[in-house]
Amino acid sequence: MSANLINMLMEATWQTIYMVAVATAIGAVFGIPIGVFLACSQRGELLSAPIVNKVLGVIVNATRSVPFIILVVSIIPVTRFIAGTSIGTTAAIVPLTIAAIPFIGRLVENAIREVDSGLIEAARAMGATPMQIIRKVLIPEALPGITLGLTLAVVSLIGYSAMVGAVGGEGLGDLGIRYGYQRFMPSVMLAVVVILIVMVQLVQTAGEFLARRVDKRAPRNRGR
Amino acid sequence: MAENQITGAGITFEDVGKAFPQKGGGTVNALENVTLTVEPGTITGIIGRSGAGKSTLLRMVNGLEQPTTGTVTVAGHDVGRAGAAELRRIRRDVGMIFQHFNLLSSRTVYENVALPLEIAGTPAREIKGRVDDLVARVGLEQLAKRYPAELSGGQKQRVGIARALATQPKVLLSDEATSALDPETTQTVLELLADINRDLGLTILLITHEMAVVRDIASHVAVIDGGQIVEQGATYDIFTAPQHPTTRSFLSGVTGVTLPRFIADQMSATRPGTASREVIRITFVGENATDPLLARMSEELGLQVNILAGAIEEIGTRPFGNLLISVEADRADQARAYLQQHDQRTEVLGYVG
Repeated sequence: MSANLINMLMEATWQTIYMVAVATAIGAVFGIPIGVFLACSQRGELLSAPIVNKVLGVIVNATRSVPFIILVVSIIPVTRFIAGTSIGTTAAIVPLTIAAIPFIGRLVENAIREVDSGLIEAARAMGATPMQIIRKVLIPEALPGITLGLTLAVVSLIGYSAMVGAVGGEGLGDLGIRYGYQRFMPSVMLAVVVILIVMVQLVQTAGEFLARRVDKRAPRNRGR
Repeated sequence: MAENQITGAGITFEDVGKAFPQKGGGTVNALENVTLTVEPGTITGIIGRSGAGKSTLLRMVNGLEQPTTGTVTVAGHDVGRAGAAELRRIRRDVGMIFQHFNLLSSRTVYENVALPLEIAGTPAREIKGRVDDLVARVGLEQLAKRYPAELSGGQKQRVGIARALATQPKVLLSDEATSALDPETTQTVLELLADINRDLGLTILLITHEMAVVRDIASHVAVIDGGQIVEQGATYDIFTAPQHPTTRSFLSGVTGVTLPRFIADQMSATRPGTASREVIRITFVGENATDPLLARMSEELGLQVNILAGAIEEIGTRPFGNLLISVEADRADQARAYLQQHDQRTEVLGYVG
């Protein structure tokens, strides 16, 4: 493989990391509050707002049911409005983020629903406000689940990022399609696949490690 | 321990009812016409089977449940009609402990105890001193940095108690706090609750399905069945003279005075024509509870007394005995008269051939 190709692979790896990192970060900023709200706003719950909950649920489901490649091309006007252009790596962050928000929202919602309702009752009995319950009880207790959820989101976004070549987004997927497939260079395709596998392994391992670090539910051996 | 004496608050339930809507229309009454006064500084037990409504009743004291009818007041505040902000203030005066402890797994012992103070907006430097005191009071200094998953059930409940006391409440609610614990641990937790009641003077209202818990720490008891209070009073009086069948069935578990099966099987409620013996329950109370009264009766009346079952117990520091005897039916009147003269309660249970 030529030095030129290796440079291209390194650049593509960096572009993938850049797109996924930014999309995950923005996705988490919007997705976590949406997930908390979805988990807490059904009838009779902390922030009882059943109608808003239903509407938000439908929007989340609608976004998640559109195949990503369709999402990418169908929101080009939105992408142009937000990113100033509809082509390129930075522009590709827009559809990735829009896919990430509802996905992270649902994952966070599930993690929060796992929190024992007895803890919410105990916090209410202490005189906690709904916001205090969310901040001091639900989010810290759901943190292991939220961490694993974000890990899953990152892995999915790495997969999605391969499709943004459709709007001129670069990265590993795009390189694999253009060089490995269209110019029939199997060594490039192989390199892309290997890098993606390593990347996903690293993300998964790191995510599980972090989740274990914040999970205090299982007793640890402390020579008791 | 340098803690301020807190004056316990009284709790009153006035004609309280609670109806839950049911699927497919209609309502089911969980509680009806409950009137109960819990005196400040006492330990009062509410005993009932699961589904009797005791949990709903307890949750009305801190507004986790609202009464459908009637009024619940704590320290003069009408809990059922309090707005959200007032309810939060009332809740800081009412600590609560739970059967399954409900500790935050993500927080250490110290941090769990600090939680109600953080919620109340107590300044951080005050929290430190208060939490250290509380952790010491429940004997967990060595475990302050541990997480709940590393503790035993009894230790977890101690954390729960320390946490419930953090905001210096006037009332402590206990929701089956010892039901998930083994008998030995139950004893130590009950002793801790009794100590807290004595040292801090706060009112404790507990619900349980175990009469032994009531006997061990409660000065007053209310028996709840089918959403209604069927009997209430001082624990000693309820134990020595239970009126309602539900109370008696709860008591039969703790006082060692059930009839041996072979006698119970052949006992009849009416006296048979033939020669028979009357089975009598004697409840020894007060000063005479430990006197050898039966021996004297047997001597003075020349009567043969057959002892079937019996036990002497203590409620608080007052002993009471329960004894099941049988005497010749023809002379049973005489025996009962003698016992009543000596201030003992008797009850005819039936006859055996």
